[in-house]
Amino acid sequence: MSVHPHESAHLHVSGEATYIDDIPELRGTLYAALGLSNRAHARVTFVDLSVVRAAPGVVAVLTARDIPGRNDCGPILHDDPILADGLVQYVGQPIFAVIAESVAAARKAARLGKIEYADLPPVLSTQAAKEQQSFVLPPIHRVRGEPAAALAASPRRLKGTFSVGGQEQFYLEGQISYAEPKENGGMHVWCSTQHPTEMQHMVAHALNLHSNQVQVEVRRMGGGFGGKESQSALFACVAAVAARHLNRPVKLRLDRDDDMMITGKRHCFVYEYDVGFDADGLICAVKIEMVMRAGFSADLSGPVAARALCHIDNAYYLSDVDVGVMAGKTNTQSNTAFRGFGGPQGAIAMENIVDSIAREVNKDPLDVRKLNFYGNANWQPERNTTHYDMTVEDNVIHELVAELEVSSDYRRRREAVRTFNETSPVLKKGLALTPVKFGISFNMVHYNQAGALVHVYTDGSVLVNHGGTEMGQGLNTKVAQVVAAELGISLQHVRCTATDTSKVANTSATEASTGSDLNGKAGQDAARQIKLRLADLAGTFFGVDSADVLFADDKVSANCQSITFPELVMRAYHARIQLWSDGFYATPKLHWDRNTLTGRPFFYFAYGAAVSEVVVDTLTGEWKHLRADLLHDAGNSINPAIDIGQVEGAFIQGAGWLTTEELWWNAEGKLMTHAPSTYKIPAVNDCPPDFRTALYQNANVEDTVLRSKAVGEPPLLLAFSVFFAIRDAIGSVADYRINPPLNAPATGESIMRAVDAVRTAARI
Amino acid sequence: MELLNLSGKLAVATQPESVHPQIQFILGGKTIVVDDVAPTRSVLEHLRESLGRPGSKEGCAEGDCGACTVVVGELCDGRVKLKTVNSCIQFLPTLDGKALYTVEDLRQPDGSLHPVQQAMVDCHGSQCGFCTPGFVMSLWSVYLAHVGSTASEAEIRSALTGNLCRCTGYRPIIVAGAKMFDLPGVEFDHAGLKQSLQAISRTSSLAIEHKGRRFFSPKTLAELLKLRAAYPKATILAGSTDVGLWVNKQFRDLGDIIFVGEVAELKATIASASTLTIGAAVSLTEAYVALKDIYPQMNEMWERFASVPIRNAGTLGGNVANGSPIGDSMPALIALGATVTLASIDGSRTLPLEELYLAYMKNAIAPNEVLVAIDIPLPASALQFRNYKVSKRFDSDISAVCAAFSIQIEGGRIANARVAFGGMAATSKRATTTEAALNGQPWTESSARAAMAALATDYAPLSDMRASSAYRLSTAQNLLYRFYLETRELDPLPSSSASVFA
Repeated sequence: MSVHPHESAHLHVSGEATYIDDIPELRGTLYAALGLSNRAHARVTFVDLSVVRAAPGVVAVLTARDIPGRNDCGPILHDDPILADGLVQYVGQPIFAVIAESVAAARKAARLGKIEYADLPPVLSTQAAKEQQSFVLPPIHRVRGEPAAALAASPRRLKGTFSVGGQEQFYLEGQISYAEPKENGGMHVWCSTQHPTEMQHMVAHALNLHSNQVQVEVRRMGGGFGGKESQSALFACVAAVAARHLNRPVKLRLDRDDDMMITGKRHCFVYEYDVGFDADGLICAVKIEMVMRAGFSADLSGPVAARALCHIDNAYYLSDVDVGVMAGKTNTQSNTAFRGFGGPQGAIAMENIVDSIAREVNKDPLDVRKLNFYGNANWQPERNTTHYDMTVEDNVIHELVAELEVSSDYRRRREAVRTFNETSPVLKKGLALTPVKFGISFNMVHYNQAGALVHVYTDGSVLVNHGGTEMGQGLNTKVAQVVAAELGISLQHVRCTATDTSKVANTSATEASTGSDLNGKAGQDAARQIKLRLADLAGTFFGVDSADVLFADDKVSANCQSITFPELVMRAYHARIQLWSDGFYATPKLHWDRNTLTGRPFFYFAYGAAVSEVVVDTLTGEWKHLRADLLHDAGNSINPAIDIGQVEGAFIQGAGWLTTEELWWNAEGKLMTHAPSTYKIPAVNDCPPDFRTALYQNANVEDTVLRSKAVGEPPLLLAFSVFFAIRDAIGSVADYRINPPLNAPATGESIMRAVDAVRTAARI
Repeated sequence: MELLNLSGKLAVATQPESVHPQIQFILGGKTIVVDDVAPTRSVLEHLRESLGRPGSKEGCAEGDCGACTVVVGELCDGRVKLKTVNSCIQFLPTLDGKALYTVEDLRQPDGSLHPVQQAMVDCHGSQCGFCTPGFVMSLWSVYLAHVGSTASEAEIRSALTGNLCRCTGYRPIIVAGAKMFDLPGVEFDHAGLKQSLQAISRTSSLAIEHKGRRFFSPKTLAELLKLRAAYPKATILAGSTDVGLWVNKQFRDLGDIIFVGEVAELKATIASASTLTIGAAVSLTEAYVALKDIYPQMNEMWERFASVPIRNAGTLGGNVANGSPIGDSMPALIALGATVTLASIDGSRTLPLEELYLAYMKNAIAPNEVLVAIDIPLPASALQFRNYKVSKRFDSDISAVCAAFSIQIEGGRIANARVAFGGMAATSKRATTTEAALNGQPWTESSARAAMAALATDYAPLSDMRASSAYRLSTAQNLLYRFYLETRELDPLPSSSASVFA
């Protein structure tokens, strides 16, 4: 397929792309803001909102008792109140909503609530949750093979701990919902969300309505990254409840600080591991216990834990495995989806182990990584089942890594780094090549379905509507390309419209990288049905079999005859042929047993690898990313420009997660990094000066849309190379003999702690 | 102090006259007149809510994400100057007499995209698009600064330090910044803008009132001091890079406001044989220009000091007067022996900068006084000086530790050691024990180690979200060691061997 700009690029650059706050406002629109808990865990003993009500511009103040239906917005369990009712479970939990004549009036008044609390003991850390056995869900555990025996029999053993931090999504457009009451009790909500159908359900439950009375619409989001899957619901519900209560349109647009105080983030993880390996570094058995910070409610922590468990192998064959995940209940924000959805947290645990084994056996980490890869048809084909009993049938990691090793000049640069470090007293360079294997499909089998509508108008222009949402990833561009390709017309004639629950029903979240796989196939199915009808008609007047009619270059032709696409469409209209169609897709081959944690949860795997080179200051811990080489498998790319954008963007976002982005709660459990002034996502100079990205040529062996592969999440894991390059640089201060106890995020402080620990250990 | 000539007392304050009490500015080729508006209404709110221009976005409302970036044009010494600022923290009345450009102004008369916009499309520089208008405006300011030349990658990166993008990873945007110069050029009508600005320039000072809240914008120092005497409780406003947050985040009532950004004397930079005098309302960008050749050791710090739009709006005087313990200008200024001039209608006085700070966010400025200038001595012979910043991120971050060291080597011994840190105490503070440990010693490894040990008695830093107390102290000590490595007599390390960013 071919390179096209994002369908909205010309609107983005001119400021003409409409986000929800840019929609011309309806007459009588009011504005909401939320009053938040300032206690981590407490009973609310007294609430006086009279000052709030009396504040200038305030029209109404709403609490839990003003919700006509169910006070819950939990996506799986019902443990997530829209507004806290008697019990607060984290600092930042919404307790009441203020509705006012202006945004400023609402936000100002929301600070004026008088609330008294009786404190309860809070659980504020992941470790504390584990110690107190405080969980939002029962732990999950998978054993394959004989890990205990295999560990005992291993020639070498290494035990250790490791941790990675959470991550704020930091979509540039904060959470926003705009609700308009409709006739006969209905509600129309414009919501910046990745999951319009779930918003429809939540609003219906909160208002005691049927789904057919609630319409949720979103043209585009200013970024989502998982943070607008389940967690846009609270705001959609508050806006809708207020709009119903006042019978006026109500908009709730969060201030950045409130957004970060209220909403959940990527789960932070702590790990304990025990690995057995041989003198070459080949893993014999591994036992890993993971505890994640779920926050105060379950939200999506169950499926996140399952994905973490399924990605513990990354690209490595593990014969004997004992892996468990605990979802710790803490009195902090309820953690949720974020690009990778537990996968990165699972995979990095094994990367850390493999990286550590390399220093134990005194080998280049790349060689230990390669030694442990899954087999393929040519090399140890028996090493091809995952620890959840899925057969890896599409492994290209050997070829992909071999290509990158050469194109990145890895071996020569490894020597250059060692030479530099021998003579540089303060600055130390580090280099790492890390692989990625990432499973594509929702673990929940029934989510793997999608629908689309394609309308062909009599002028030959085409309108596409599908269940996926556009958050910048180029989904609409890709689906339009698929439909254009199917109909043989140029892209300019195809337009995608806003996602709308009144058009395609019962949609799945745009998550798990599945957007174009699912909706592209559904769009293609719809277009194909129209095309078949058109081909029948064309076949009749061309005097050929309909199968011989060719749709290409905006023309329809057969038997040396040709007609333009619009001409054929007009003829079809006059012949009373249906020119619109629905389309549907359900991913084949999937099955998953939630009890045994086995099956085929993924249709296929996406692969990639990255090399990063860094320089670290061993006096301050500051570091700089010098060069990155990325090679990623997007299958037969539908749009290489968009896919490269996904790869590079995910890589830098992942690098932020593992380095500068630190969530920090104070002793009272208040998140203190709740704005860009204190929470540091990558900025322009975090983009390495030498940055080379390529797509690995590899048509999907499975029958995906145009043999492409999903590309949203997998490249985030390419950023492991940054973290392990930093670890490599730290390792150089003791001649690579000691494993640096480096945890993520590798802030300057975390790096200095590891540098000091390595120096201390080297002296002993 | 040559900037001021305050002999005797000035007459009792009177309210300055105003020919037109409305705010006037140029937007879209027209003069916009604003009547009766809250003085703290932000430019962004006004654009989005009142002027039908939703292209500029609110991403954070604190000047840290850049989605709201706009360009402001003004006349300086008869020449048109254009600069990026964060519209979310600029108050509308400060636009008076200026021109405002937003992303909606860039399309060409025939509707085609400006080269900046076209390059962003061609290079795939937008994904979700929400931050894009801000990036486009930052790139446009780079485009305008080059007529017949192109920008270096370093210049493009520098211009983008105040714009966050969560989608692209920045590479395509940096490439677009180069590519925009390859497309057919679009000229900017400087002469036309100059004419428009002259047409709305005001001869007397602006004073407006809204619901009992006054906003004054004096044009002379004498007027400013009279106003200060009359309104000692008024909020002094310069670049509003901090005051803007008092409104957006803390919902503070600022009371009356005196804006110092139009006071001619406060915007002057004057060099004498021994001193550089920087007026309190000189922007951080202009202060950087004035200092970069005199003290190139500060250049990395300046690059890391907030972002370009913040440095365009923020003033050196504001950073100094605000007195945050993590303000980035003060450690270097204190180490260099800078003084500040405070003035009132009763006269003026000069203080060493370190004496300005009394306690956390408390300073020695009297209620009727205004900080008018900072005097920085020119480098003495044999001066060894360095200024270091450590933070989680290179661009636009607040220091965990900010350090400045200055020594002179006289007869093989250290003299005049001045060591100052930010982030280590409740104010920017000199390390007097450390200085004592250095003075009179030879500049050797053992002297450096002794001074590093002494630092532990000078400071007991806090732990917070930026760094722990232990890391702050050990980093401060290590920065002193870096200073030694870079300035020792035998085999000094070049900066490029001591800092990853040099």
